[in-house]
Amino acid sequence: MNRRDFVGVTGLAAGALWLPSLPSLGGNPVDPARFLEGVDVAVKKRLSDAALNAAKSAGATYADVRIGRYLNQGVFTREKQVQNIVNSESYGAGVRVIANGTWGFAATNQVTEAGMAKAAQLAVQIAKANSKVQKEQVKLAPQKGYGEVSWKAPIKQNAFEVPIKDKVDLLLATNAKAMENGASFVNSVLFQVNEQKYFASTDGSYIDQDIHRIFPTFGVTVVDRSSGKFRSRQSLSSPMGMGYEYLTPKAEDKVAGPQGSDVVGYKYSYDMLEDAARAAKQAKEKITAKSVIPGKYDLVLDPHHLGLTIHESVGHPLELDRVLGYEANYAGTSFATMEWKAKGQPYGSKQVNIVADKLQPGSLGAVGYDDEGVKTKQWDLIKNGILVDYEKIRDQAHIVGQNESDGCCYSQSWQDVQFQRMPNVSLRPGTEKMSVDQMIAGVDKGIYIAGNGSFSIDQQRYNSQFGGQVFYAIEKGKIAGMLEDVAYQTNTLEFWNSCAAVCDQSDYRFAGFFNDGKGQPSQSSAVSHGSSTTRFNGVNVINTARKIG
Amino acid sequence: MAILSKDESQAILKKVVGFTTADECQATLQGRTSGNVRYARNSVSTAGSRDNVSLVVEARFGKRAGVATCNQFDDATLRRCVQRAEEIARLAPEDPEYMPLLGPQQYLTPVSYAASTAGITPDFRAQAAGDSIALCAAKQLTAAGYLEDGASFLALRNNKGLEAYQQSTNLDFSVTVRTPDGTGSGYAVADFTDASKFNAKALTQIAADKAAGSRNAKALEPGKYTVILEPAALVSDEGLLNNLVYNFGAREADEGRSFLSKKGGGNRTGEKLFDPRITIYSDPLNAQAPGGVFDGEGLPVKRMNWVEKGVVKNLYYTRYWAQKTGKQPTAFSGNFIMEGGTQSVQDLIKSTAKGILVTRLWYIRDVDPQTLLFTGLTRDGTFYIENGKIKHPVKNFRFNESPVIMLNNIEAIGKPVRLGGNLVPPLKIRDFTFTSLSDAV
Repeated sequence: MNRRDFVGVTGLAAGALWLPSLPSLGGNPVDPARFLEGVDVAVKKRLSDAALNAAKSAGATYADVRIGRYLNQGVFTREKQVQNIVNSESYGAGVRVIANGTWGFAATNQVTEAGMAKAAQLAVQIAKANSKVQKEQVKLAPQKGYGEVSWKAPIKQNAFEVPIKDKVDLLLATNAKAMENGASFVNSVLFQVNEQKYFASTDGSYIDQDIHRIFPTFGVTVVDRSSGKFRSRQSLSSPMGMGYEYLTPKAEDKVAGPQGSDVVGYKYSYDMLEDAARAAKQAKEKITAKSVIPGKYDLVLDPHHLGLTIHESVGHPLELDRVLGYEANYAGTSFATMEWKAKGQPYGSKQVNIVADKLQPGSLGAVGYDDEGVKTKQWDLIKNGILVDYEKIRDQAHIVGQNESDGCCYSQSWQDVQFQRMPNVSLRPGTEKMSVDQMIAGVDKGIYIAGNGSFSIDQQRYNSQFGGQVFYAIEKGKIAGMLEDVAYQTNTLEFWNSCAAVCDQSDYRFAGFFNDGKGQPSQSSAVSHGSSTTRFNGVNVINTARKIG
Repeated sequence: MAILSKDESQAILKKVVGFTTADECQATLQGRTSGNVRYARNSVSTAGSRDNVSLVVEARFGKRAGVATCNQFDDATLRRCVQRAEEIARLAPEDPEYMPLLGPQQYLTPVSYAASTAGITPDFRAQAAGDSIALCAAKQLTAAGYLEDGASFLALRNNKGLEAYQQSTNLDFSVTVRTPDGTGSGYAVADFTDASKFNAKALTQIAADKAAGSRNAKALEPGKYTVILEPAALVSDEGLLNNLVYNFGAREADEGRSFLSKKGGGNRTGEKLFDPRITIYSDPLNAQAPGGVFDGEGLPVKRMNWVEKGVVKNLYYTRYWAQKTGKQPTAFSGNFIMEGGTQSVQDLIKSTAKGILVTRLWYIRDVDPQTLLFTGLTRDGTFYIENGKIKHPVKNFRFNESPVIMLNNIEAIGKPVRLGGNLVPPLKIRDFTFTSLSDAV
């Protein structure tokens, strides 16, 4: 290795200290030179067959194997310095089996024929032990084998091939922009993920996939020493299922907020420097912004903000495992039970059309096949305000009288068992032409909220409270200055039924979430939510300012 | 091979450190073996096991550092790993916050390992799940629960003479019991170092009683109430007390962006910020809730008071920030202990004229870091108390409250119990702020 290789691959010369792994990234720290190595598909097939055969010999009636190589890179900076560069790799295999009608799972980092066979045998042993207390036999929706197939995320530039020096330069330039514009502190981070996943099952599928995600973000804080007050503004980027091309700003991807707001949203590329400068100015403005008077307001919510509300109040309640009670001990259940659905009551107003999607290019949820070998698709969840379907996987389809999985099974790594996760869940844009300014022109007393902030919702997804990044008063159809201490509390059905209008396709963009948690042991999943700016009438707004000693 | 003994792990680390030509070299070896079972709808849903060991080598030349890793332990692999760390270190820039590696340290003798936990089998887990399910099925209730156990080790060694080793075990169990009509829900949670203290039936019984007792809850108006917060309402991955302790960083306070920042500069160490009955400390040797005796750098963890009789006593200083500000670094064991009295939850209820018993707070998120304001909801057993008795279940509430305000509104403190590796008493608090109702059960 020479210095040039080193700078090219790891870029430590740019000012980084490379320290042991951060737990948040998972996996083992890894030499970044290994990022660009792959594992031969023929080898993975041979190893998978060893596990599948061992499982069948031990008494499994079904088995699947996932050999996974999960690569993460995180570049962490504050102000003028690089805090850390973490490269981690996690490589191993998970074997899932059905024996005696019961699931069993075991994982190993010994990715050899012997190691795989041993894991398969342990999975069968676990399944058999648990079958003694099993009440419901597992019933899988039929799935044809696809043979040997592959899928690659349609990225333009693999972020792992970009020299770290470039990434460090971008983050430090971002920090400089924030400081020049009045920030007291700034932290910026770039996360990159590559999942190299191989799936094989006794159904006859051998699926090789290459998935990429990227998440540039920052937090800017302004401290006013004289008053002791501090305020922050987070980045308005979105994590995306894209390569490094997301970080080359393009004019056509910038969407201006309403006149008088100084808000800019981003579609398929992100201008990190511009956003950092704006964030510093806005954080400073927040220090002296008017504290909101609590009461009912018409809310105009930008897509970066609304994505989180969609996630919590539509994406989660329609996960069939929650509806059925499988998440009762952790993430919770759902108000949207099958009995509730059968009544046909409106989930939202006629403007509310929500679609589940595992195909949208650039989204975090896009894959060719899910983690139990089902080809992905798009399907409607809410049509004209009425709930029409759930999010489900192979062992759930029969419970709602269907014979097909939706292809939204996922595991965060080789060592965790796959289970039902949220697909991309998005609000369809309005069909009539409407800009954000036109929407605001019709609001007499309201608040425009951009960016997602604090969020909390109950375990059945009725009562939620959301904050945001920046808030602007709307008075008589116009933006009338910044507000602070704003949060809204609402009931899911009241909220979606108060939806009065949705802006058109030209305003549509994704908000993404890199670390959606569910399951025990808890697993993380990444998901996008598309929407256009949307108006909700008469929502309860509270003031969050308090005094402590 | 997941759990290596002290001698086995130090033998590997000795070799690793012996291979180095760097000015400084520290190696960390860690491993964990764990198993779990999950159930819902009175049936097992998933179960699994995990096993992993890894080595991290950090080499330093002056203020330049590099790290490499491996998970094979033959001499050739170990040698390559050290060389790789050294190559990276030679090319790395100088770290402006560099701190030299620690020399030999004296550690307390850890009490965090129990053989009973390390020996758990898939059958033990299936039995526990089966016992929990059977109890609920017999009462026409529905159980959903999770049991995870594990044994782990962590070993450090460097070329300055530092040598450290600790083994730990844990068993974590939680269960939510619901009535079939969905109108009642109860919860119980516990964790142990020693699995022989675990009783799935007894814990499930608590959750079952709460579920049956919480059917047909009545709505109360949101507002300020006297509450009895059980430990599970105070401590969790996102608990109010966990969040309070996590916000004791000295650097953030000195930088002006913490609730512990002083107006005009500096931090609030030495100020009385809480009720004088509040004392919170860490102690790795607490028999009920033991912790790590060294941190990731090898700094010894000792008993440390964070809040003493309501006064902020110590903040968390990294080695770098301690040196910069002329303080002592503070290693954190990862858990905390809040002092309490002798009263049980039942005793606290008896002494309450009007109030609300809260089993659990959930989905807790920060609203304003300036005041440490959090929001979240009650869940799985919320009851109205009148004249010393539970009168009826009440619908769940959303709260907006700061633990700083809460710990100034103390009415009574009960007997601490272990939860999440911490020791936490139930608290009776006046004027706790509920801001809206939730229909969730």
